[in-house]
Amino acid sequence: MTAETLKASATADAPARGGAPAATVELSHVSRWYGNVVAVNDVTMTLGPGVTGLLGPNGAGKTTLLHLMAGLLSPSRGTVTVAGASAWRRPELYRILGLVSEREAVPEYLTGWEFVLTSAKLHKLPDPTAAARRAVELVDMTAAEGRRIGTYSKGMRQRIRVAAALVHEPAVLLLDEPFNGMDPRQRLHMMEVLHRLGEQGRTVLFSSHILEEVAQLSGTVQVMVAGRLAASGDFRAIRRLMTHRPHVFTVHSSDDRRLAVALLAHEAVQGVELDPAGGLTVRTSDYGTFTRTLPAVAVAEGIRVTRVLPSDESLESVFSYLVAS
Amino acid sequence: MINLTIVRTTVRALFGRSRFLLLLPLPVLVVGLAGLMRVFDVATTEWAIPILVGLGVSLVLPLLSLIVGASVLGSEIDDGTVVHLLTKPLPRREIVLSKLVAAAGVTVLVMAVTLGVAAWFTGEAALAGGLAVGAVLGGLVYSALFVALSLVSRRPVLIGLLYVLIWEGLLANLLPGAGVLSVQHYVLAVATGISDTDLLSVNLSMPVALVMSALVVVAATGLAINRLQVFRLTGETG
Repeated sequence: MTAETLKASATADAPARGGAPAATVELSHVSRWYGNVVAVNDVTMTLGPGVTGLLGPNGAGKTTLLHLMAGLLSPSRGTVTVAGASAWRRPELYRILGLVSEREAVPEYLTGWEFVLTSAKLHKLPDPTAAARRAVELVDMTAAEGRRIGTYSKGMRQRIRVAAALVHEPAVLLLDEPFNGMDPRQRLHMMEVLHRLGEQGRTVLFSSHILEEVAQLSGTVQVMVAGRLAASGDFRAIRRLMTHRPHVFTVHSSDDRRLAVALLAHEAVQGVELDPAGGLTVRTSDYGTFTRTLPAVAVAEGIRVTRVLPSDESLESVFSYLVAS
Repeated sequence: MINLTIVRTTVRALFGRSRFLLLLPLPVLVVGLAGLMRVFDVATTEWAIPILVGLGVSLVLPLLSLIVGASVLGSEIDDGTVVHLLTKPLPRREIVLSKLVAAAGVTVLVMAVTLGVAAWFTGEAALAGGLAVGAVLGGLVYSALFVALSLVSRRPVLIGLLYVLIWEGLLANLLPGAGVLSVQHYVLAVATGISDTDLLSVNLSMPVALVMSALVVVAATGLAINRLQVFRLTGETG
């Protein structure tokens, strides 16, 4: 496929809100193995415009998956297409795709500005200086652009790499663990940037092993566990769909012992433990029913509930559940 | 075909690498030793072969080519910065050719000056010209070989060193007829052919040397382009 047809098919996709070209990334039964090690196992997914989180513990195959999408790896089985054309062995792909890899490798002898400008020149953009200026402003690095990258903090390197990756305003932007090493303020800023790109109709995929990042940035999530796509869709919906999984709540009330007895009478409650430090640990098999039952029981018994905390909402617990099932 | 942005960035990166800078005293040594011989009036026939050929052509030329050639792409693959280059809409041919131009350009410039000046101390201006041209040819052939090697193996410097020391340094001179497969013999054949000197001894004709050089450059460059086209990036954490 030539650059022209690629561009045409990229723009022919769903019209974007911000006027940016939209492109879809599609994986169909994709597997990738290295020798005997299966890194990605039969993954099928479609990514459209907007921000999607690729969630999974370290070693789940997220980086391999991103490299497959970015055309830097060939699938051992299955097909990877971006904007309708195969990603592997097709340098024209990078006209519409940008990648921020996980490895922090940056040419340290260049200044931030030179690095982004070089990227713009290698893309053969009509006005590389203007494009680099835009990209550097977008990641808020104008103040430090004249310094050598070797002097940058981790977060600054990450931002300058993002600028270099989106200097050509790609329809698809892939980021491997983009928040690593960023302080909370930089993290927030980067999230805003990705949000804006998503709202412009770009397909933005970022990987992370931290739940909060995904929860804050995107509702849509693809969960990878041990090379497989364990779940996909809205994160909260995924979480709620796992109805078989016991949910654990910590409940504090005016009378823990009496509340424990009352709760045990209900089918949705599998077990109650009195915590020595005060409060109850309640295990329930049904998230929805329990959250309705608890207030009803409390009112009926005249007990004041002071605190209800879902104590296992961490990503690790979701992962371990997904792995076990 | 040649991307000047890549050439410029590559040359700049090269001068930032200590491995390259540490090698630069070697060419200076060749010129310095030749100059000393001249100062002390040592007979040209005594020192031309050991210094110009033994040190310059057989050792410094391939060594510099190796370090530079293995650096321009190999080091980027090692440290991961190659991703920035690979995720650009550039034909892989353009990347390889630009890297080769950068590598060969630096090596050729340094070695043509080095061998030219060192040979000039023999008093034979023609030999100086001949060896300078030979260095251009040798630098180009070696660079093509070592750039390709850095895409074939993850240990290009080690393999390159073995090749330089064992094949070029030893076997190519011992085995009869092996000169036709030795880059340093191409260099000497061209230098002798141009300068018509009898200071260097070589059993290879200039036309054969030129044809063989062209073949090696084309084959090595083709291999390098092919390897980069199917280059697979492997993640660290999967």
